[in-house]
Amino acid sequence: MSAVTGAPPELRDPAWTRRLFWLLAGAVLLAPMLVATEFKPWILLAPDNLAVTLRFVGDFLPPRLDGEFLALVAREAWRTVAIATAGMTLALLLAIPLTLLSTAALSVSALCGRMHAVPFVVRQAVRWLLIVLRSVPELVWALVFVRVVGLGPTAGVLAIALTYSGMLGKVYGEILESGDTHATTSLLRNGCGRLQAFAYGLLPQNASELTSYTVYRWECALRSSAVLGFVGAGGLGQQMDTSMKMFNGSEVSTMLLVFIGLVWLADMVSGALRRAIG
Amino acid sequence: MRIELARLAARHPAAAASAPAALRPLSLAIAPGEQVAVIGPSGAGKTTLLHALACALRPSAGRLLLDGIDPWTLPVRALQSLRAHLFLAPQTPPLPPRQRVITAVLAARLPARSLWASLRSLAYPTGIAEAHAALASFDLAPKLWHRVDRLSGGERQRVGLARALLAPASLWLIDEPLSALDPTRARQAVDTILRGAGERGVTLVASLHQVDVATRFARVIGLRDGALAFDLPGREVTGEQLATLYAQHEHELTGAAAIEASAPASAPTALVCR
Repeated sequence: MSAVTGAPPELRDPAWTRRLFWLLAGAVLLAPMLVATEFKPWILLAPDNLAVTLRFVGDFLPPRLDGEFLALVAREAWRTVAIATAGMTLALLLAIPLTLLSTAALSVSALCGRMHAVPFVVRQAVRWLLIVLRSVPELVWALVFVRVVGLGPTAGVLAIALTYSGMLGKVYGEILESGDTHATTSLLRNGCGRLQAFAYGLLPQNASELTSYTVYRWECALRSSAVLGFVGAGGLGQQMDTSMKMFNGSEVSTMLLVFIGLVWLADMVSGALRRAIG
Repeated sequence: MRIELARLAARHPAAAASAPAALRPLSLAIAPGEQVAVIGPSGAGKTTLLHALACALRPSAGRLLLDGIDPWTLPVRALQSLRAHLFLAPQTPPLPPRQRVITAVLAARLPARSLWASLRSLAYPTGIAEAHAALASFDLAPKLWHRVDRLSGGERQRVGLARALLAPASLWLIDEPLSALDPTRARQAVDTILRGAGERGVTLVASLHQVDVATRFARVIGLRDGALAFDLPGREVTGEQLATLYAQHEHELTGAAAIEASAPASAPTALVCR
């Protein structure tokens, strides 16, 4: 600060006041949000609360590792993987056609000048459909489907499929439009169809980014299926809910360890696939 | 393919409305099977002309006729099937880096293939022999199974040119095909293009920076500031004409130097941070 005030005017950074202004403006804008969210982290450190926290966390040790329980966890973990994978597969079945419909990179009329009105309206309509699909949280879809198809993994699969198709469609579209589209437009200009241009231009151009995002979403689906288990959509989450209600921390910690393992596995798969594509 | 330009003018879609058109009203006729080189200094409108011919750029005035048809009166679908008969090779080869050379070359076949046949060719390439022959004529046969990102800039450019030999087109529009090639490779590439176009009877329009190569074309069109400077058989282009064509460019260069000379006067204002 002394350098700021003491130096002659021509040696002062003229951007400093502006920077200071935006810093303060950010703080002023953020403060009401902290109030709205009742953000008081020091409550965590109050002696009473600290005792509760320590008791809860202390329960986690040691994790329950007997054979019978591990067999149950393995079965439920497999079911969780199955829910996430099936949900992602259904989401892809919905997201890929919607992406192809919505991405401007495959527009033939936009090759020279502006996109025509009809394709523009279709692309906007598909984008709105994607917004609707992903703005309803998967938890809400799950609550709906639990009522329709009953308790169990099917509700979880359908909930993940709907919300994730919206997310995948949006981000796929953005990846395809933000990458280099030179190869794709060249193919379209030489008279190729949109799907041909996608398979020979757009897809090889963006394969690596699409793969890593897809595997990351699969990882998110694994976590999602845990949350959905709490409302009765099956899998490891449902088991975790039961253990939590019974105050059985050691069981919960075993299942959390399994989750860490699954996320690590997703990371490995993503890395290996990216290396394979290069 | 027969080409007729009737007072065709074109401007880049991103250009300001006040900027002069990249291509001033230009009238030309190119007969089927003719081989034409387009030369001129940078910014003369060579690429714009090729894009206009490729139906990649809508003319701002005048008319383009391809085999007697004005493509811009066609519905989108018909225009797209007309484009299948045009092959535009951009200056930067449009090859996805992770694609294999075989796939990149066979992509030229796509307009003549059904969607199903193109997808099947991704699983196991169909037309390996033709792709191999096309690459061999550019001395690239050993690169058939390599990935595009393992190739040098010159090799990529020749892969882009090898596509032309497989395209189901009757008009080749090739933009600066030699920009990344050494003189020997450049001569060989031009020979292959001229021979390939002759064998197939396709019309060839290529923009070139290498004047000595351009004079080997049957017809040479000189462009300057978006207007026609000369239109002559390749043998009849004289050094004097070339000097005049590029003299304009030198004039532009001295103009740029004059602006630079006056630059220091305004420099202090640029240094003030706002």
